[in-house]
Order: sequence, then C-alpha cells, then structure tokens
Amino acid sequence: MLELRHRGGCPGPGGAVAPPPREGEAAGGDHETESTSDKETDIDDRYGDLDSRIDSDIPEIPPSSDRTPEILKKALSGLSSRWKNWWIRGILTLTMISVFFLIIYMGSFMLMLLVLGIQVKCFHEIITIGYRVYRSYDLPWFRTLSWYFLLCVNYFFYGETVADYFATFVQREEQLQFLIRYHRFISFALYLAGFCMFVLSLVKKHYRLQFYMFAWTHVTLLITVTQSHLVIQNLFEGMIWFLVPISSVICNDITAYLFGFFFGRTPLIKLSPKKTWEGFIGGFFSTVVFGFIAAYMLSKYQYFVCPVEYRSDVNSFVTECEPSELFKLQSYSLPPFLKTVLRRETVSLYPFQIHSIALSTFASLIGPFGGFFASGFKRAFKIKDFANTIPGHGGIMDRFDCQYLMATFVHVYITSFIRGPNPSKVLQQLLVLQPEQQLNIYKTLKTHLIEKGILQPTLKV
Amino acid sequence: MTELRQRAVREPDAPPEDKESESEAKVDGETASDSESRAETAPLSASADDTPEVLNRALSNLSSRWKNWWVRGILTLAMIAFFFIIIYLGPMVLMIIVMCVQIKCFHEIITIGYNVYHSYDLPWFRTLSWYFLLCVNYFFYGETVTDYFFTLVQREEPLRILSKYHRFISFTLYLIGFCMFVLSLVKKHYRLQFYMFGWTHVTLLIVVTQSHLVIHNLFEGMIWFIVPISCVICNDIMAYMFGFFFGRTPLIKLSPKKTWEGFIGGFFATVVFGLLLSYVMSGYRCFVCPVEYNNDTNSFTVDCEPSDLFRLQEYNIPEVIQSVIGVTTVWMYPFQIHSIALSTFASLIGPFGGFFASGFKRAFKIKDFANTIPGHGGIMDRFDCQYLMATFVNVYIASFIRGPNPSKLIQQFLTLRPDQQLHIFNTLRSHLADKGMLTAAEDE
Repeated sequence: MLELRHRGGCPGPGGAVAPPPREGEAAGGDHETESTSDKETDIDDRYGDLDSRIDSDIPEIPPSSDRTPEILKKALSGLSSRWKNWWIRGILTLTMISVFFLIIYMGSFMLMLLVLGIQVKCFHEIITIGYRVYRSYDLPWFRTLSWYFLLCVNYFFYGETVADYFATFVQREEQLQFLIRYHRFISFALYLAGFCMFVLSLVKKHYRLQFYMFAWTHVTLLITVTQSHLVIQNLFEGMIWFLVPISSVICNDITAYLFGFFFGRTPLIKLSPKKTWEGFIGGFFSTVVFGFIAAYMLSKYQYFVCPVEYRSDVNSFVTECEPSELFKLQSYSLPPFLKTVLRRETVSLYPFQIHSIALSTFASLIGPFGGFFASGFKRAFKIKDFANTIPGHGGIMDRFDCQYLMATFVHVYITSFIRGPNPSKVLQQLLVLQPEQQLNIYKTLKTHLIEKGILQPTLKV
Repeated sequence: MTELRQRAVREPDAPPEDKESESEAKVDGETASDSESRAETAPLSASADDTPEVLNRALSNLSSRWKNWWVRGILTLAMIAFFFIIIYLGPMVLMIIVMCVQIKCFHEIITIGYNVYHSYDLPWFRTLSWYFLLCVNYFFYGETVTDYFFTLVQREEPLRILSKYHRFISFTLYLIGFCMFVLSLVKKHYRLQFYMFGWTHVTLLIVVTQSHLVIHNLFEGMIWFIVPISCVICNDIMAYMFGFFFGRTPLIKLSPKKTWEGFIGGFFATVVFGLLLSYVMSGYRCFVCPVEYNNDTNSFTVDCEPSDLFRLQEYNIPEVIQSVIGVTTVWMYPFQIHSIALSTFASLIGPFGGFFASGFKRAFKIKDFANTIPGHGGIMDRFDCQYLMATFVNVYIASFIRGPNPSKLIQQFLTLRPDQQLHIFNTLRSHLADKGMLTAAEDE
C-alpha cells in the first residue's frame, strides 16, 4: 500500500510526490513548505484547484509493489515477460475458480462469509483510493468513521434479512426479540451517532476534504454494501440463483477475452481500447450457451435448487425441499424451424433454463457497462488497478466490477417474475400485530381460503 | 441565484464594498466564512439582491442592520402564513408542495456542484441528473402509491401491470441512465464526470429519501407532519432569540453565532411549544386521522375514530411537581408524551443538520445555497435542520407507534402460493389458540 502522508511539507517516500513541472500555480507540490505555516493558505484551496483542472494536469499515482509470490517467479523465470504475465494470470484464474468450487462445496454459510469478506475488502480498496487521491490519510477520525459507517449499514441490512430467515431462532431468544423489534430505531441511532461525530470532527482548514471523504464513503457504501446484501438474498433463494449469474459473468469475461484475442479487430468503446466488437458478440453467444448448460446441470440437485433454510433443531442451514415447478423437467414443443434442424418434436427442458437465457443476456450485454464504469473510474483517478491483492489481476474490485449490476438485476428479476413476497416475513409481521387485528385477519383469511377450496370448511381442529 | 462564471481570473481585490454588502445581508451567523476568505481566494458569492422593490422602498430610511432584521422578519411571517394556508388546503396540496420543495433543493445543490466544478458544459450531465431524479422519484412514489391507492390501482389494468412489475421497470430506467453515463464519458473530463455522478447520487440520497419519508409521515396523520416541522422552526427561532438576548458562550466553532444559552433555552422553549401544540391539534380529527384515499369520492379523506393516542387520559403527576402545581392528576393526550420525544430530538440533534450545512457552505465557500428567499437564502437554508427530523419521525412511528399495515399484509398474503397460505393460516391459528383468542365457535 502506498504510504502517503499529509502534504504538510514533507515529500512522501518514493514516487508519491509528482515532479514539480506538472503541478501548476499555487497548488504546487514543493510550494507547501513555505506556504503552510505563515500564509495559512486554506488547504482546501489547493485541492480545490485539483478539481477544476482537466485530467492531464493531475499527477499519476504510481502502481504499488509487485506481489507475485516467489515460487511462481522462480518457476517462470525462463519465459519472456509477456508469456510470464499470461501464465500468472492463467494460474491465478484457475486458483480462484478452484477456491470458488471449494467454498460452494462447503455450503451456504461459508458462501455468506465469503461474500461478507469480499464486501469488506472492496470497501477497503475503494476507501484507500479515496485516501490516496485526497492525500487525507491523516484526517482526524476519518478512518474510524468510515469503518463505523460500514458497520452501521451492514448491521441495518443484515438485521432486516436475518430477522426473516432466522425467525424461529429469533423467537426463542428474548434479547434478540428486543433487537429485532426496535431494529430500525437502533440502526438509525447508530447512524446518527456517526453523523454527529462527523460534524464534530470538522476541522477548520479541511472542510472540503472531509466532505469529499464523507461523500466518497457514502457512495462506496451504496455500491458495495447493497450489492453484497442482494447477493446474499439471492443466495437464500437457492444457491443456483447465486451460482449461475456469477458464473455467467465470469464466463463472459473469459470468452470475450478469448474471442477478442483470436478474432478481435473492431474496437468497442474508447474507454477500454482492448475490448472489441468480435469479443463482445462472441462472448454473448458463448455465455448464453454456457448458462443454458450450467442451468441444466445444476437444476438436478436439490442442494442447489432449494431455498436455504435455517433449521433450529439441527442449528444449521439445510437445503432440502420439494423442487418447485421451475426445476422440474417439462416438455416444450420446438418452433418449426428448429424442428427441421434438430429433427425432434419436443425437447425436455427445465423452465429455469429459459430464465437463465435472460440472466446470461444481461450478463453479456449490460454487465460490461459495470466494467466500463470501473475503467473510467480508474482513468479518472489515474490508477492502474484498484489494489494489488491478486497478482496479475489487480484488486478484488477489478475482478468484481462486472458483477455490480448483476446482483441487483437477479434480485429484481426474482422479485418481479419468480416469487412473490417472502412467506416467513408475512408471518412474522402477522405475529407482531395486535391480537384484535390478528383475529380480523384470521377471519378474512379463513373465508378467502374456504372460497378457494384450499381449506375444507368441515375440518375441525 | 448566485451568478457564477468561470474562475479563470482570480479576483484579488475582493472589493471592500463587497464585504460591506455582505455584512448587510447577514444570515444567521455564518459571518466567519467571510473572515476566513483571503484576498487571493474570491468567495463564490457577490449575490444579487432579490428583495422585492416594494420592501426596499418601505424600509429605505432605516439603517441597514434594522432593515435586514425587518426583511427577515417579514419573510418569516410570510412563510409561516403560507404554511398555514397550505395546511388548510389539505393533504394533496401538501404532497405537491413537498415535491416542489424537493425538486428545488435538488436543483440548488446540483447548481452548487456545477459552480464548484465549473462543469456547466459537460455533455449530457444536466439531462442525466434530472433523469436520475425522475427515476428515483418514480421508484419511491411507486412503492408508496401502490400501498395507499391499492383499490384504485387494482381497478385500472395499466396501473396494475405497472405496480406488479414496478421494481423491474424502475431498475430498467435507472440502468438506462447508468449506461448513458458510461457512454457519455469524455476523455479529458473523466474525473469531473465521476465527481458529478457522485454528487448527484449523494444529493438524491439526502433530498429524495427525506421528502419520501415526509410524505409517509403525512399519510400517517397530518399531526405527524406538522408537529415535527413546527418544532424545528420553533427551535430555530427560539434559539436565535435566546442567543440574541442572553447569548455568551459559543457553542461550536463551525457556527460562531450559536451559543449554549440559545441552545438550552431553545430546547426548553421547544419542548413546551411541542406540548402545547400537540394539545391543541390532538382535538381535531382532520389532523389526527390517517389520510386515506376514498374510492367513491375519488379524493383524500381524513375521517376516522381517533386512536388511543389521541384520547384524553388521566395521568398522575409525580409528587415533586404536585406540590408545585397543586393538582394531583392532569388530563393529557398520550401523544403529548411522544411530542416531548420529538421536540427533544428537534432541539438536540436537529441543529447538527444545520452544522452539517454550515460546514458544507464553508467547505465550498458559499454564503447561501441560493438566493431564492430574500434575507434567508435558498430553500435548503431553511430546510437544513429538517433533514434528520423526517427520518427520525418515520423511524419513531415505525418502531413505537404502529405495527405493520394489516391491509397490506392481506394483499401480500393473497399473492402467495396456496400451500404457503395454508401454512401461514395454520400457524396463525395455533398462535391465536395459544393466546386463547379463539373460541370453538369462532373456529368453525
């Protein structure tokens, strides 16, 4: 991690301070030694100028140190640097995919922890970039406040979902009952405490920087925490809703790269000069096919298909159920032109495979916009990678940039087209009502169910 | 509106008459921003005087300090009178006013962003900001409208489809804006564009969620809208008065004119004011009842049986006050107890919203958010203390006052699958049987 101290007159180590000719008038790199103490120039002004200049005036943040492990370096020392880079990327890709499979095998709880871990790391990466851009590593309180806000927002979101899924567990414990009932109030109070601390921590010459970092933190929270929260909700719907979208995005990344490598000619967008139309379209078709096949293979297993439930007797997560209609093979008649090609009348498909086409299409057509957004962001702040966590690939954010929109899309898709409201949440809200209201609802429901023939009127308890 | 052009030429003079005119049009205590600005950095103001001519002539013979006082006073009374008229006109007009205030606040903050980043000419950006405002508003109002207008929505076929796929449609609209943003990135302006994108989103987060929660509170009963807002306004005015007459110890470096005496005096005055106001308002149905949409008359009605919160009850006064007042019990509405909580929040935490706005103005070296209201500044200046209040009231209501909405639960229930419905029904039945609510006859 680049060690950047506050530019109070001591130039940072290494390449942190840009060469003087690039700096421009008053907001200069080496000018501060004279200006800070006597003139009391507002530090905000110097950084304010940073904002108004066009991008090329802003110094580049040099890349951080190389983190490739020694073993790999020794093994590949004989190859040329281009192939070496290729090999490192390839090996790391396979490693990441194997880790992914391992965690899937270990179950939904581990997956949840993994998602949480990734979220915290992404937040850390983006905040670190913000610090580097504003050189505000020493602002009073700020690191504490950023992590505090992360904690608050996570507490709020996980409290909302945990209450639904762990309803039976929660009903047993008295303290948890209290926390759940007043959850919103407690979360709001926690957030307010952070807000007031921020206001009290405003320091005279650093207002603008502090407001920037405040806004930066909030936008980062908006992106990373909501996405990870939605990913976990998708996961609870059934692991297949977690696996197929993520794999489609990864597959799109890899196949677009391969198609671009072999057939690429027409550039796609000025933002990422290495992307090509051939890669884009080739990636699209391969991802749809891949999604189709992956959906077929995964739909067979209850482990992937069933909603994740918390069983209080075994005190763990179980995925056992009667698979819903979506995951039962059905016969579809082929449209006429496919009939002649495949020489079959009907084909047996899982309905989920039709949905997987929609998911893959989104992953290939709109997912890349998340990647372009991240590329634009990196160019705007003149960084090459978000961080250097994964050798050859960059930071965690670099791997997950295309996933941003995917999680939200899958969640919106599920709530709009697949399932209605969550039954356990409805039950939970029912139990919170006043007894008279419950009785009224009970009577209404009974009449409704009898009308529909779901409940037999003659049945006695 | 502050007229700001490119800061291509720094104004080293910062003309003396500029400082004087600023000291004339002083707003509540943000004068330290003037003292902070140095000669070489020009403050982003030099605003045009928006006071109507009529007032200018009427007050022309007074000294400038008193003139300012009178302008502020008259405008305050005008705004309060306007507030009363709107309340009289009913909930629908209130909703529209809240939306207009929201749009104006958004416009003010975005304009400041433009001025700070000199990015008035960035391609597409104005369009995209307004487009995002529209999307987020569509999403929020769609979520609430379907609850409150449920029967109306179910009747009309196009509305029903819109409400069923509401999230999907909102998400698609937002995505379109997002993709347009990515496609509009121009080579030399990436950073500016990302800043403006971030600025827009944070503004939306603040402004739109607050206004949405205000409308939620309004539907709960107009008293939940009026009492909090009045408490914040009262706290502003009372703290100013107490500070004016008794003020000595400064409160916070951020706003040098605020004093501890004003803060504490304002706190007590606001609590008393809240108690009195809730006593007066709890008597009237039109304030106390939830706003409902009546299908037959196709309008909003406020007619109901007031809940327990708004019925006079007898409370025993603790002994210590008994000897002072000489009365053993007192008749109060339970709502008045809640109003103490609301007033306390308005006086103790509400000002932090004001400090936040002051810090913001100093950070970007602006004197006021805009110049819409003569003597007061922009709409945001008036509403800065209200930020947190609306959220607090909403969270308070959701946590302590009402539970989930029964009719909404029934709707959700009806969309479930039959086996899920049966499961819930049976659970409810056993729960009620446990509580002894079900007699054998009722279970038939």
